Parts: sequence; structure tokens; C-alpha cells
Amino acid sequence: MLKIRNLESGYGKLRVLKKVSLHVDAGEIVTLIGANGAGKTTLLYTIAGMIKATGGDIVLFDKNLRNASPQHIVKLGCSLVPEGRQVFATLSVTDNLILGGYVQYKRDRHYNRQAELAAIYDIFPVLHDRREQLAGTLSGGEQQMLAMGRALMAGPKLIMMDEPSTGLAPLIVKEIFKIIIRLRQAGNTVLLVEQNAKAALGIADRGYVLETGKIILQGPADDLLNNADVQRAYLGRDVDADTATCEI
Amino acid sequence: MSLELFSQYIFAGITYGIIYAIVAIGFNIIYNTTGIINFAQGEFVMLGGMTAISLNHFLPLPLAIISAVLFTMLMGGLIEIVFIRWLQKPSVLRLIIITIGISILSREAALHVWGDSVRALPYFTGNVVSSVDILGASISPQVLWVLAICYCLVIILSLFFKFTPLGREMQACAANRLAATLCGINAKNMVTFSFMLSAAIGAVAGCVVSPITSSQYDMGTGLAIKGFTVAVLGGLGNSMAAVAAGLLLGIIEAFSVGIGFPLAFQDAIAISILLIILFVRPHGLFGNKEAAGLKEF
Ligand SMILES: Nc1ncnc2c1ncn2[C@@H]1O[C@H](COP(=O)(O)OP(=O)(O)OP(=O)(O)O)[C@@H](O)[C@H]1O
Ligand SMILES: [Mg+2]
Repeated sequence: MLKIRNLESGYGKLRVLKKVSLHVDAGEIVTLIGANGAGKTTLLYTIAGMIKATGGDIVLFDKNLRNASPQHIVKLGCSLVPEGRQVFATLSVTDNLILGGYVQYKRDRHYNRQAELAAIYDIFPVLHDRREQLAGTLSGGEQQMLAMGRALMAGPKLIMMDEPSTGLAPLIVKEIFKIIIRLRQAGNTVLLVEQNAKAALGIADRGYVLETGKIILQGPADDLLNNADVQRAYLGRDVDADTATCEI
Repeated sequence: MSLELFSQYIFAGITYGIIYAIVAIGFNIIYNTTGIINFAQGEFVMLGGMTAISLNHFLPLPLAIISAVLFTMLMGGLIEIVFIRWLQKPSVLRLIIITIGISILSREAALHVWGDSVRALPYFTGNVVSSVDILGASISPQVLWVLAICYCLVIILSLFFKFTPLGREMQACAANRLAATLCGINAKNMVTFSFMLSAAIGAVAGCVVSPITSSQYDMGTGLAIKGFTVAVLGGLGNSMAAVAAGLLLGIIEAFSVGIGFPLAFQDAIAISILLIILFVRPHGLFGNKEAAGLKEF
């Protein structure tokens, strides 16, 4: 579904990604873990078209995305839930969701918005309770759910999430991860970027480890969980994984 | 002060106030989508008025006004496309200098086309001497036109932002440009639209005041200062507060003339208010510090 070959990207003269290659197949949950500043967010923004790649290829559904605009990529069916939620703070929850669905609305003026909204509210009942509230006044967990719901409104086939668990209480993290599993069961493909390596590898099929802009390890999630290097670097006592363990 | 005189001043204040508010809303729309103050906003007002006056020579008044508004709207879009759209991540300072340049350029162009003569659109109904009696004050029918049109404009705008897809998209861009882009909204187009919308609003203001204040190639500057004061007074980016702030400034000005302040000091009043706000409440009369971080139409 998504194939990335030798991707290079960065900010101006700063080269962040150095020949990154990875792929995500339909129906998978793939997780990308790595320390702060490794370039995870940069990778997702480059796939989403927010940052122009300086080298390599991004192929989504057999279409080359180099030089594609962010709008085009969303239209193709690849949505990003950005780091830090980025909800439309001054708009209501419903308006946030409606805006997420505009890609579908523009494709087909008669698409059933109410049904889509109902589906989102079904996944995130809290959002239904808060539907008239301004998004800026939601709690962190609710904002994360709203950001996910908004991305889902675009009807993506591939949904990318950038650290959805940051700053959330363990219980909420668990709920978010449950929802990610549910999304996959509903036929979505997920590329999940996480600091919370244990929880992410716990639900993923495969994983990649990114370090200073290079993929240094990859493989089935279980292998990575048992890998000594990964355990030392990302699952050690420093990582607060214990509190956020996710037994699903 | 007698009741007649009082209502006379109130009406004069409201008339100017709502015009200032409309200009301020023009500032706000562009500020919300781009984060910059468009110093050429006053020139949109001038362009609308002057174009309508020229067109009125061979078109009936309503048609002349509508064409002038559409023309100004096109110019607004064109200006954005030519001067701003192609810039890669421009800094706020650079954008502001560009808009000042555009303002000077349009003023000089207008001087070239129309000369420095003072012109005016005819009164929409009646003439200079016709008047309506309200609460003892005799009000020019044009004042009622100004009030009605500006009032409708404010209503239409808020409906536009609330209920139309385009309005929602512009709001989304204002609230969070990154997120809007990730939702598949073309933020660059929204900036162009915001210039077109601001230009159109400015042009409407330029047309409705023309019979009262007359139009000249440099009329934009004064109105822009007032509009800017009002926008800051209400809290930048907040259009409903701008209406309140506009009425406030208009009424203050009217009464200052009423209590014997020389007419020439009117602009000084606006500037003083602007300076005081910038020193004391930079987030505006109606905004609070937190809200100043949020933008809303
Ligand atoms: N807008 C920017 N301009 C310049 N450099 C940037 C920008 N954003 C990120 N960087 C740099 O790029 C590198 C990678 O950043 P990135 O945000 O991709 O890391 P990350 O893996 O997502 O980290 P974290 O886990 O903290 O979110 C960092 O060294 C960072 O300083
Ligand atoms: Mg990041």
C-alpha cells in the first residue's frame, strides 16, 4: 500500500532523513519507534506532503507521491493525525469533524455526512457528548480522539498517527490503542509513530526503529520486543512503559 | 444637550462607526488567514468608491456599485496572486512591507487614473437636503442606507463563515493552518479568497459612504487608520467585537465634535485611542489575553 525507498528529507540545509526505506501493506498496523529528534515526525510530514522530499520515492497505491500536494495525498486516502493534536481550537467538535470530511464532500456533494458523523460518534462516544463544545476546551485525551475522528472523516485507507499517547493518562492511552485495533479490524491500515515502544509494539504487526534519520532495525513486532538492543534503548527502565502497559 | 441634538450625534456616530467596523472586518479577515495586517485595506475602500463613481457615468447606480465591488474583489485576488502567493514562507515583516508597498502603488495608480479631484456617488435615494425625522433628529436617508447595508453585510458575513463550506474552510485556516492543510484544504487558495473577500467588503464601504464623505484617490489612508484602530480596539481578528468598537469610536468622535472639539482633531482622537490601547490593553477592549491567542471571525 505504501512503499518508501531511499527517502531523503529535511528542513533547508538540515538533512534529517537519510535514505529511509519502509513499506506498509494493506491491513497492517506498522509502528515506527525512535528517540526524540530521530526524525519520525519529519518522515510523516514528508509522506503527507507537508515537507518536500529531496530524494527517494514515496509510492502510495502505486502512485508516486513525490511533489504531490498535501491536498492530493489526503484525497488519495492517506490522512495524518499530527503530533500535538492540532484541533481547530475555535471551532466546535462537530465543525472539526465536518472539516475533516470535506475531502469526501468535495468528491461527492451527496455523500452521507450524517452517517459518517454517527460512525465517528460511535467510535468516540465522548465526542458526541461534547459535540457543541469548542475543541480548544476539550481535555487532552478528548482532543486526541477528535484529531483521530477528524482524520477518519476523510475516509482514509491509510491513517498515520504521530504519538497519539503523548501526555495522556494510562487509562486513556489504553483506550486510544484499543481504538487503533478497532480501526484495523474495520479495514484501515495504520502507520503508528510512538515513544511508548512497548505499547506500540504490543498492538503492531511489524515495527521499524528509526535513529538519527536512519532505519536501524526492522521486523515483526514480537521480534523487536524481544530484541536486546530495543529492550535496552526503548523498553528499559528509563522509558516509562510500565505505567502505560497495554494488555489487550 | 437637547434630545434632538443628542440623537443627531448618536446617528452621526453610528454611521461613521459602522463604516469603521466594516473596514476593520476587512482587516480581520486577512489577519485571520495570514496573520498580517493588510495596510492596503483602505485602498480597497477607495478603489470601490472611485470605480463605482466612474461606472455610474454609463451604468445605473446599483449596477455600477455591484460591478465596482466585483472589480475590486478581482483586484484584491490579483494583488494577492501577484505579490504574495508565490512567496515561500514569508516573514510577517516582509508581508507587512509588501502591503504598504501595494497601498502606495494603488494610491499613485488612482491619482494617475482619476486625478486629485473630489468626486461622489449620488445619494442612493433623495438628495443632499432630503431628510427623515427620527427621535427628533433629521437624518439623511443615505445614513439609513449605510446602516441597512452594513448591518446586512455583517449578518451575511457571519452566516457565510458559519454555514458555507468555503466560510468554514477559511475559518479552519485561521484556526490552524497546518491542520487545515492536513484536512485537504488548500491554504493558499484560502488566503487569496480572504483578500478577495476583504476587497469586496472594503469596496462596499467605499460605495455607501461616498455620497456622505465624497471620494478621492487618498481617502483610503484615513479610513484605514480608523479601521485599524477599531480592529485593535475590539481585539485583532474578532469581527463582532470590531462592530462594537467601531460604534464606540464613531460615537466618541461625534460627541467630541458636539462638545466643541475642532473637527480637525477627529483623527487625533482615533490615534490617541489607538496608542492608549496599545499601551494599556494590547489584546483589545473585548479580548482577554488567552483569547488574543485564538483567532475567530
Ligand atoms: N521546522 C523545523 N525546522 C528545522 N528543523 C526542524 C524542524 N522540525 C524538526 N526539526 C529538526 O529535525 C530533527 C528531527 O525532528 P522530528 O520532529 O522529526 O523528530 P521526532 O522523531 O518526531 O522527535 P519527537 O519524538 O521528539 O517528536 C530534529 O533534530 C529537529 O530539531
Ligand atoms: Mg515527533
